[in-house]
Amino acid sequence: MSESKVVKAVPKMPQSWRQETKAHKFCPGCGHGMILKALGEVVDELGIQDRLVFVCDIGCSLLAWDLFNADGVQTHHGRATPVATGLKRANPDLICIAYMGDGGGYAIGAQHLVNACVRNERITVLLANNTNYAMTGGQMAPTSLIGQKTETSPYGRDLAKQGSPMKGPEMVAAITGPGAYSARATVAKYKQMKSYIKKAVLNQMEGRGFSFVECLSACPTNWKTNAKQTWAFLEEQMGAEFPVGEKKGGDCNE
Amino acid sequence: MKKPIEKETRAYMTGNEVVAWAALAAQADIMYGYPITPQNEIMHYWTRLAPQFEREFLQTEDEASAGFTTLGGVMAGRRSFTGTSGPGHMIMQEAMCMAEMMRLPLVSIIQQRGGPSTATVIYSQQESTLACYGGNGEGFRVVYSTCNHQELFDYTIKAFNTAWKHFFPVFVLGDGYQAKMREPVTLYDPEARGVQMIPTKPLLGLPGTPGVDRDPAQLRNTYNTEEELFAVVEDLRKAYEEIVPQVAEYQTYDCDDCEYLIIAHGVVTRTAQEAVKNLRAKGIKAGHFRPVTLRPLAADALLPIACRAKKILVAESALGQVKRMITDGIYGCTTPIETLYKPGEGIYTEEIEAKVLAMAKGE
Repeated sequence: MSESKVVKAVPKMPQSWRQETKAHKFCPGCGHGMILKALGEVVDELGIQDRLVFVCDIGCSLLAWDLFNADGVQTHHGRATPVATGLKRANPDLICIAYMGDGGGYAIGAQHLVNACVRNERITVLLANNTNYAMTGGQMAPTSLIGQKTETSPYGRDLAKQGSPMKGPEMVAAITGPGAYSARATVAKYKQMKSYIKKAVLNQMEGRGFSFVECLSACPTNWKTNAKQTWAFLEEQMGAEFPVGEKKGGDCNE
Repeated sequence: MKKPIEKETRAYMTGNEVVAWAALAAQADIMYGYPITPQNEIMHYWTRLAPQFEREFLQTEDEASAGFTTLGGVMAGRRSFTGTSGPGHMIMQEAMCMAEMMRLPLVSIIQQRGGPSTATVIYSQQESTLACYGGNGEGFRVVYSTCNHQELFDYTIKAFNTAWKHFFPVFVLGDGYQAKMREPVTLYDPEARGVQMIPTKPLLGLPGTPGVDRDPAQLRNTYNTEEELFAVVEDLRKAYEEIVPQVAEYQTYDCDDCEYLIIAHGVVTRTAQEAVKNLRAKGIKAGHFRPVTLRPLAADALLPIACRAKKILVAESALGQVKRMITDGIYGCTTPIETLYKPGEGIYTEEIEAKVLAMAKGE
């Protein structure tokens, strides 16, 4: 094999990624890298690197803090949404993306997400749903599946005691006003995920309303799964609980 | 656009209304807030006045959001502020702590109410510890404690300049009495008095393309190693210690020859100074020292006065929150200290007077 062929085989990094902070800091097999690659390509295609402010929640999503060649800020757990809101309200020319996990969005930051929806804030929330609190070592999340074993539900999530998995994009679709965009994507369908993220960012750029994409993501480290099991959990079990598709705006009938 | 205050105006209004006018005069761009008594009317007046002067307001879902949206506002380079009280102040400390760590010029007006917990919506001086040392931090803040409406106006304006000059969070600590009562005040345009508003600057969304024209601005509050964090906190400590001489403020009243030194801050200043007058008329050499900044405390100024006195009385509408800061600040001074604590309750001139008289008699 000639050397030029080897170079060609290396996947292209988005232009907006910051080369010197690569490889990224996520575990092998983690879905965050794919979500952020899709976002990076969207940023490139829309030419918004100089207007982007990337606001990180705490948890694994924080590991993305220096991933882009874009301005950004680390916040506290659950507080990415209000920081992005404050930035956007103060300077509407910025494109503010709050990046968080399911714990940050649906538990500790749920009141912020709900009220940002109600106010139809012109920001974009990207949320990785991997059905657990990964950074802290695999505790039960609002999105954990019924029967799913985690560090704080070692006998499996019990519907009667711990309720059922949170359906974020459906909630966002239900409580936002006209112009909002809400979708659920999966890292298993990269092109679709990227198209949803692009629509969400465009929705903000056009000032239409709140925009939200939940991305089903993989966490082999805490799921304690090999590659095959990881893919099966993501596509089959998570796919059955969390229907992928647009919930508001885009191609769906509002 | 027309200025909110063209010429000096004598007004008679509540403290909360004074704060709204001061923020307008200080060219504040946006307020973020959540309702809580006795702070509400800052928002009421701001929302009425702001659109007339192209200023913005966002009512948030809670004080965590009010604090963090305000941080978003300052990071966008806008002169932003918030206001709260009591339980709301507790919740907001999370954002204030982030401001302390990341040196964000957060300005907040705190109208203290009774505590602990929900307690009363009326009055106290029980939020000093929270304002000075709240959160999991080290107290890298500037806290002004005002004693009347004129000071609410002056120090609200000053708070923005202190914040944007030194990049530490700044608090104006009022209370329910000051918030709700009406009092005469002179409203003015700071520039007409030679006070220039320090220009703001964005911390994010800077000109140019990151990675092409410049490095990206990526603000951190999370660190990996003990050594890394220690270095960051050391830098904060040094930066804070450097500003202490510029920022620490105090007021003395008949302190030159005083034998009985009353230390009181905020609105208790008024009764303390009235008591000094009455005591002097009775031949008791009383004086009053007032920390204007509770943090940083003007300890260097206080120490010689405290050492010269025969006895010290600390009067506070709290159980010694500021007294602890004072004893720490004047460590080594052997003058006996007595206290008059009324947590959550106003302190009368007669009470201070009677206490000092008893101290003078050696009771």
